[in-house]
Amino acid sequence: MLGYPAHFGQMECVRMIASPRYSEKRVGYLGAMMLLDEKQDASLLITNSIKNDLSHSNQYVQSLALCTLACMGSAEMCRDLAPEIDRLLRASNSYIKKKAALCAVHIVRKVHELGELFAPAARTLLTEKNHGVLHGAVVLIIELCERNPETLERFRKTVPDLVQIMKGLVLSGYSPEHDVAGISDPFLQVRILRLLRILGHNNEGASDAMNDLLAQVATNTDSTKTVGNAVLYETVLTVLDIKSESGLRVLAVNILGRFLLNNDRNIRYIAMTSLQKIVGTDHNAVQRHRGTIVDCLKDQDASVKRRALELSLALVSATNVRSMMKELLIFLSSCPQELKSHAASGIFNAAERYAPSQRWHIDTILHVLTTAGGDVRDETVPNLIQLITNASELHCYTVHKLYRALLLDISTQSLVQVACWCIGEYGDLLLRGECQETEPVQVTEDDVLDALETVLQSHMSSPATRGFALTATMKLSTRITDNVDRIRSVVSIYGSCIDVELQQRAVEYNALFKKYDHMRAAVLERMPVIEKNSPGHTNGESMGEVKENQASKKPAEPKLLPQPANQVCDLLGLLGGSEETLQPSPSTALGLLTNTPSTAGGNLLDLLGDLEPEPLTPAPLVPVYDKDGVALTLSCEKQSDTAMTVTLIASNSTDSDISSFTLQAAVPKSVKLNMNAPSGDFLPARGAAKVTQMVVLNYQNKVNLKMKIRISYSSRGSTFQDTVQIDTFPGL
Amino acid sequence: MIRFLLLFSRQGKLRLQKWFTPITEREKKKITRDMTTMVLSRQPRSCNFLHWKDLKIIYKRYASLYFCLAIENGENELIALEVIHRYVELLDKYFGNVCELDIIFNFEKAYFILDEFLMGGEIQETSKQMVNRSIEASDMLQEGDNSEWFEVELFG
Repeated sequence: MLGYPAHFGQMECVRMIASPRYSEKRVGYLGAMMLLDEKQDASLLITNSIKNDLSHSNQYVQSLALCTLACMGSAEMCRDLAPEIDRLLRASNSYIKKKAALCAVHIVRKVHELGELFAPAARTLLTEKNHGVLHGAVVLIIELCERNPETLERFRKTVPDLVQIMKGLVLSGYSPEHDVAGISDPFLQVRILRLLRILGHNNEGASDAMNDLLAQVATNTDSTKTVGNAVLYETVLTVLDIKSESGLRVLAVNILGRFLLNNDRNIRYIAMTSLQKIVGTDHNAVQRHRGTIVDCLKDQDASVKRRALELSLALVSATNVRSMMKELLIFLSSCPQELKSHAASGIFNAAERYAPSQRWHIDTILHVLTTAGGDVRDETVPNLIQLITNASELHCYTVHKLYRALLLDISTQSLVQVACWCIGEYGDLLLRGECQETEPVQVTEDDVLDALETVLQSHMSSPATRGFALTATMKLSTRITDNVDRIRSVVSIYGSCIDVELQQRAVEYNALFKKYDHMRAAVLERMPVIEKNSPGHTNGESMGEVKENQASKKPAEPKLLPQPANQVCDLLGLLGGSEETLQPSPSTALGLLTNTPSTAGGNLLDLLGDLEPEPLTPAPLVPVYDKDGVALTLSCEKQSDTAMTVTLIASNSTDSDISSFTLQAAVPKSVKLNMNAPSGDFLPARGAAKVTQMVVLNYQNKVNLKMKIRISYSSRGSTFQDTVQIDTFPGL
Repeated sequence: MIRFLLLFSRQGKLRLQKWFTPITEREKKKITRDMTTMVLSRQPRSCNFLHWKDLKIIYKRYASLYFCLAIENGENELIALEVIHRYVELLDKYFGNVCELDIIFNFEKAYFILDEFLMGGEIQETSKQMVNRSIEASDMLQEGDNSEWFEVELFG
């Protein structure tokens, strides 16, 4: 009470309620409602008092009991007293009836099964003239219909009665009792409209019966005051929710449009909330009001801004994307902090779906990063990188823009990461200086390295960003000509950095300079186009994809991808691949094919460079290898849609025997491989016998199905080895 | 359904609280704190509707008091504004030019009036005159001789 604790009064309340004096009862019940609730034990003690008072001769005492029961009655109390309430619902006194009706509402909310008890009484109450009773009855019927679909069916028959009552309210003249600013009993009108909405939802018959009434209410209600607008609002909600005819729907949307132009902020807020609900279904109707909605983005009020933002994002379409995006970007630069990340992600989604050109898309994302870079989600960086690699003709333009952005400001981590990556990848384009899409600017190698070093040393850069910068610096070593020594020194400095991640990278790059300098160029080659597999595809999978979908003109090699964590594994794989990494049979799937160091990078390039698919031969037995008298043929048999058995048969047509003949196989990561034991490892001369090996392949996707086979054998005292790749399988 | 009604001053002092669902004391305190901070930090000419958890909060400022109403998500906000206004009119009629002091010193009367207007989270009586008449009759009953009960039949 009044904000002060008063729990000591509970027993006093119980005592006062039991007193015969009205004044004490009144205060006692008030105290009970304030201090007790169904969780308190003392509330049980007043159950009996309430029961007695419900049948008191004085209606005010009865009303006290009813009010208290409706406010804090527990489930047991409700069950006990429900028959009493039902009796009171049929009493002759309308004062009591209206209170009993709302008490019944509370009982139904607490104990759903008792709804059946009150349904007949509720039906008869609709014939009352008293507005209070009528209101209570409508609330009770709404509650019953919402909980029980059968009751809903039964009450559909009351639609004509309700329509009659509404008509009376709308068309009647001035009634002093219920008038509010020219509207006759708006509270009751709103309630009846709500009940009509529930009854007409998904029902043609009921909706037809109320079409006229709704049109009448919509046109006759005066909308200068809030009350009128409240009734109109409820009407609009009802029209949009039932199976109304199209003319009525248009009328409803027009009313919402009028609301949008209203000076009152509340009305505009309401209008946008309702338009948000129908933007999915009546998209064109809402598009007509796009201008007003976009203006609301500039409103002072935070609630209105939020609504306008959501509605604007929902209204972006292929036709209006350029103008909408301009408005949204202006909004982003001045929007309140709590809306920034929502706005940024909304803009990204819209840009991705409706971008008219790649250059526009990249420009938009860069703009967002410069204005709100701190609030974007983490996957923005890889998404943007993937987008940039896809737009190959824009590499020059992109890297120039990013370089300029980097010079201006290095505090936004996502922007700096993307910029570092691009400078590392396309540094040569940057240094070339000319670019047809932006003004040419002379950038020297020192400038670029300075910029990257600033990022590396700045305290504003996060560890991930510094990783990006270090890798970019390293990549530039193959793209620039003069300052390679400077890069070497930078890299060796970071070999003793405190951050473990940076130290590891620096040490490995150092190794790349010292021991594996011959591989450096190949390792740091341009990235191929990254295919967007699925949201959140892992690095390993994308590596597999990269190998399969080689569309680039340059021969590709397993490269360092700029994702921080996986770089380490890849590098180790490449640099430490001194032993055979192809497993002997039985083997499991291998992700990357690595090479023995004896064959330098060149060999790998040969193997992977030419990936034109071989022509499919109709014959089931396909010769796949024939060299120095050793021949290998292949035949396949499909077991199911995702499994296949491959049989390899080796034969020897030379004059000498072949021993220790082994076959090893490797497949892309998405394919599972099982090699059965070979029939032998001895190939006698002149094709006297053959060696057969069966391989079982399990794959998801036929496109990825390739196999690499290494053949090794000894003949005439020396060992031979060879590799062959099989791209297409006959009979597939 | 109305979930709760709060009245608090510009300094955040709670003057009246009515809860229409069973809530623990701790929860009540927390909600009150949230409401006062949210509403008092709003700009003067801003929208009267807020979103809080799964409820809609409608607030209106009358002189030095903030009236704060919480309704469920399917309800009509504009009519809730009218409910607040109606309650203020009832208080005004009863006290004659009501001010915050009236509510502080006669808080039980404010609650009685509220209980004649709202019940169980819904509007009980839509007519101002009816509510006023029942309050007057109850008051007369209270002041009258306690041993005799008046049977006051106001309406059939």
